[in-house]
Amino acid sequence: MKYGYYPGCSLERNAIAYHKSAMAVAAPLEIEFVEVEDWNCCGATEYITVDLLGAHALVGRNLALAAQQPDNGHQLVAPCSACFLNLSKTDRYMLDSPELAEKVNAALAAGGLHYTPGSVRVRHLLDVIVNDVGYDAVAEKVTRPLQGLRVAPYYGCLIVRPGYQGVFDDPEYPTSLDKLMRTLGAKVVDFPLKTHCCGGHMTQISQSTAFELIRRLLKNAADYDADVIVTLCPMCQLNLDAYQDAVNRHFKTDYHIPILYFTQLMGLAFGIPPKELGIGKEFVDARPALAKVGAEAPAPEAPRRKRRPKEALPMPRMPEEE
Amino acid sequence: MATATTTTLARAPTFLDEVIAATPGDPHLELCLQCGTCGGSCPSGPDMDHTPRHLFALIAAGMKDEVLRSNTPWYCVSCYYCMARCPQEIHITDLMYTLKRMAIQEGLYRESSAAEAPEFSETFIDLVENYGRSFELGLATRHYLRHHPLGVVKMAPMALDLLRKGRMDLTPRRIKKIDQLKAILAKARELGGAA
Repeated sequence: MKYGYYPGCSLERNAIAYHKSAMAVAAPLEIEFVEVEDWNCCGATEYITVDLLGAHALVGRNLALAAQQPDNGHQLVAPCSACFLNLSKTDRYMLDSPELAEKVNAALAAGGLHYTPGSVRVRHLLDVIVNDVGYDAVAEKVTRPLQGLRVAPYYGCLIVRPGYQGVFDDPEYPTSLDKLMRTLGAKVVDFPLKTHCCGGHMTQISQSTAFELIRRLLKNAADYDADVIVTLCPMCQLNLDAYQDAVNRHFKTDYHIPILYFTQLMGLAFGIPPKELGIGKEFVDARPALAKVGAEAPAPEAPRRKRRPKEALPMPRMPEEE
Repeated sequence: MATATTTTLARAPTFLDEVIAATPGDPHLELCLQCGTCGGSCPSGPDMDHTPRHLFALIAAGMKDEVLRSNTPWYCVSCYYCMARCPQEIHITDLMYTLKRMAIQEGLYRESSAAEAPEFSETFIDLVENYGRSFELGLATRHYLRHHPLGVVKMAPMALDLLRKGRMDLTPRRIKKIDQLKAILAKARELGGAA
């Protein structure tokens, strides 16, 4: 199976673990991803806030480049929920509004490009794995079942709502990720907030708003004794993982729930070494949870620094080489 | 359809017409029943000065300034719960984006309690226009220095951890055909407006 692949900005850096683990599980499942040449940012939730036509032209360039790819089956896979949403949204509104399509194409023409709406089907990575590859083919690759690991399946918003190019699961209570995790041998806990928002960019706009949304999700997972929250979106991962400490300080709580990508758990169940799956990139240490399934995960790459004595001067530190 | 309505109107366009015309596709806004499902579904509703339902009533009443001064669109987290649940299939999230753009154009967002949100978006798109990709360190530094100079100190440990884990770049990545992208975006700006 061959697909176009749109990693998006997050997967280059912040969510490098998602990219690595997606590639690591694609090979045994015989999925071939062909990255869109010289793709640009999808605009996140910001571009369309300022400039409507610019936002669609920005995405239009990616769609036009994807449409030019040979043998991608006219399918473009985006692992990031926001990229998935934006790519499918532009295609949908260009179809719905010929006037918008005309303007987007007039803008694209300035760069020698053209996009015919409807010519690329945008898919989320989870959709491809559960529907094209299928649970049975995944089950065949499981060599180290995640027996005893209690997983809270977190979908977030955008892959199930609003479905600009159709939906592949229920918009309020999806179950495909639950089933996939069960296929890996994990114990899936009930997670009523599975499609609630992680706060998105509100960590930058209004921290108290964002922290409350993050707190609800952590509490819900903790209430059901989840060992790990499994996610499929870089924004959800970042908010729940990197801000968990700040949320704990804000609410005087003490959550320590590691947040892993579903592809990382697939890789572990396939017997792929944790290091090759980007495990260790997370802020909240996943080792205690993974020890339950006998996976010896590497230590987090940057163990928390000891707090410097107050009188010490702050010293600059350089990031370590990868 | 949206544009068709405005062109066939015998009367001067109302604020409701303007909002609909500035939203791509057919947002169905005129069909709002005032049922309140949107506000009840909204995760950040408690922080909004008007629920979406209330805001739509204000739009129908033509209270443009009140609407564009509201913090409601800026507290929308884009989770699409309201849009999935709306019995009239109103494109609520898309409408929130329309209202954000209108508030920026009219300069009224400065009077809302989310006055710094548009500048966050503008900084983001400025970086995308120059490099073709987003650049988190640049975005966070510029945003914090402008709005929360003291916050830089608070955020620095997390930024350092992201850097040390290889989860953040020190320098932006530029796409190869940045000139092509700039030409496309410049043309889009020139054509402007909604469709």
